[in-house]
Amino acid sequence: MKIAVASGKGGTGKTLVSTNLFNVIQKSGFAVDLIDCDAEEPNALQFIHADLISQKSVTQNIPVIDKEACTFCGKCEAYCHYNAIVVLPKLRHIQVVEDLCHDCGACEYACPAGAISWKSKTTGTIRTYAVNNGSSLIEGRIEIGVYSSVPLIKEVMKSSHHRQLAIVDAPPGTSCPFIATVSAADFMVLVTEPTPFGLNDLKLSVEILQQLDKSFGIIVNRAGLGDHRVYDFIAKNKLLLLDEIPFDPRIAKSYSEGKLITDNMPNYHKHFLQLFSRIKKHLQYDRNSYT
Amino acid sequence: MIEIAILSGKGGTGKSSLSAALATLAAKIVAADCDVDAANLHLVLNPKDYREEVYVSGQKAVIDPDRCTNCGICLSYCRFEAISNKGGIHRIIETACDGCQLCDRVCPENAIHMVSHDKSRWFVGDIANGKMIHARLAPGEDNSGKLVNIVRDQARETAFEIQSDIILIDGPPGIGCPVISSLTGVDKVLLVAEPSLSGVHDLKRIVELTQHFRVQTYVVINKYDLNDALSDAIVNWCRSVQIPVIGQLPFDRAVVDAMVNCESVTNWAPDSTISNAIKRIWNKLLQHEQAKSF
Repeated sequence: MKIAVASGKGGTGKTLVSTNLFNVIQKSGFAVDLIDCDAEEPNALQFIHADLISQKSVTQNIPVIDKEACTFCGKCEAYCHYNAIVVLPKLRHIQVVEDLCHDCGACEYACPAGAISWKSKTTGTIRTYAVNNGSSLIEGRIEIGVYSSVPLIKEVMKSSHHRQLAIVDAPPGTSCPFIATVSAADFMVLVTEPTPFGLNDLKLSVEILQQLDKSFGIIVNRAGLGDHRVYDFIAKNKLLLLDEIPFDPRIAKSYSEGKLITDNMPNYHKHFLQLFSRIKKHLQYDRNSYT
Repeated sequence: MIEIAILSGKGGTGKSSLSAALATLAAKIVAADCDVDAANLHLVLNPKDYREEVYVSGQKAVIDPDRCTNCGICLSYCRFEAISNKGGIHRIIETACDGCQLCDRVCPENAIHMVSHDKSRWFVGDIANGKMIHARLAPGEDNSGKLVNIVRDQARETAFEIQSDIILIDGPPGIGCPVISSLTGVDKVLLVAEPSLSGVHDLKRIVELTQHFRVQTYVVINKYDLNDALSDAIVNWCRSVQIPVIGQLPFDRAVVDAMVNCESVTNWAPDSTISNAIKRIWNKLLQHEQAKSF
C-alpha cells in the first residue's frame, strides 16, 4: 500500500506532511517506508535520523556508434524522437547527444549496419536508510545536469515491498515525474494552501487524478492565511477534505531547522495520528465500496 | 536585451510573487512564465490574451485490437514497461508510454499507430506595461522543456517587436529538464532562497546547476526572519562561492494579501517596507547590467 503525498505547487508542505505522517506511524510500532521521490530536490533525509544501509546507482543506456561500421545513412536520426542523434552524411559525421537520449532503443532497431551498441550512464542514486525496526527511508536523487528523473522514480517506487505500507513524498507539478509517482501509488494526499496560487495548482492536480481514476484526499496547509476559495472548490466538487494544518509560525520555524513538529510539539503528534486514522478509515471504506 | 530568470530549486520560496513584483516595476517588459507545469504568474499579471497556439507535447501509441495478433513483439522491444499483457491481450499503458514509436515500427501487423497529444496551449497577451507569454501544459503531458523553449523564443520575438529591453522569466522548481530549458542562455539568474535546511540544500544543488551552465547568478533570501542563523549561513556560503546576495526580504502578510487580491505586492502596497526592498533588488539587478556594459 503506497500513499503518495503530492501537490501541483511547490512549497505547500508535501515534505512536512509526508515526514510527519511517517514519523507518527513508525513511532506507534508499525513498519512503514518513507519513499522520497522528489528526486530533483530530495529533502526527507533532513528530517529523519537514519543510518545508510545500502545504495545503488541507477543507469540508463546510451547508444555508442561504431564509426567503422556506420554508413551515415541517417535512419537512426530519423527514428529518434528525441533529437538525440545528429548525422551529417556529406561530412561522414555522426554524434549522440547523450543528454537528450531517452534510452528507447529505436536507433539500434533502425540501423541496417549493426553499428550501434550500448554503454551505461549513471543518472542517479537510490539510497536506503534504516530508521527503526522494519521502517526505512528510501531516497532517489538524480545527478545534477540530468534532464529526466522519471526512470529513477520508477526504480525508487519499486524499491519498497508492495506489502509494506509506504508514504511517498512526490515531486511537484503535474508532468512526467509526478505521473511516474502517481501511477505506482494506491492513494493520493494532495497538499494545498488557501491562496489563488494554491487553488490554481490544486485544480490541475485534481484534473489529472480524476483522469487517472485515483482516489485522493486534500489537506489545506497554512489554514487561516489567504482566503476561502480553496474550500469553495473542495465543497462544490464534493472532494474529500482530509485535514487542515493551521498557519503557525512555529511550524515554519521547526521546519526550517529540520525538526519534525510531531516530535517537538505534542499536539501535532496527536494531529497526525488522527490524520492517519482518517486516511485508514477512508481506504477501508474505499476498498469496501468496490466489493 | 537582457534575459533574467527567477529560479529557486525548492518550490514555494516566492518565485512567482517576486517575479510579479519585479515585472510591475519595469517601465516596459516581456514577462515569460516558464513554469508551464503549474503556471501562476498570469493570476497576478492578468494578461489580455490575443493569441492562443496549440502545442503538441508528444505522441502516445495506440493498439488496434482488431489487427493485433498478440504476438508480443512490441512488448519485447518496449523499454518503458508501457505495454501490458493480461491474459494474452496486449495494451498500451498510456501513462508509461514515452512516445518513442518503436512498437509501431516493430509491429508486423501494422496494428499500432501514434496519436498526437494536442491539449497543451501557449498564449501571448497584453499586460499593463508590456506583454506576457505563458503556457499551459495539459496535466500529465510530456516534454515541458520543449514548451519552455517555445515560450522563451516567443518572448524574444515579442521583446524585439515592442522594443523591450527586458525579458523576465518566472521559472519552475527543481533542477530537471524544464529548469535547464529556462536557464540556458539567459544573462542572469536570480535565485530565491529560503532559510530552512531544505532551502539551503536545494539552493546548493541549483547553484551547482547554474555554475554548470556558467550563468551569472544572484541570490535573494526570502522570509529571512524565519531563521536568522540560517540566513547568515546562506550569506556566508554565497560569499564563499562568490555569488552576490542582493537582497533579504522579511515575511510580510502584505505579500499574501496582495496574492489573494491577485495583485503584485509592489502595486498592492507600493510604499511598504517590502516593496521598497524589492525596488532595491530590481535596481541592483539592472545596475550590475549597466556596469557590465560600460
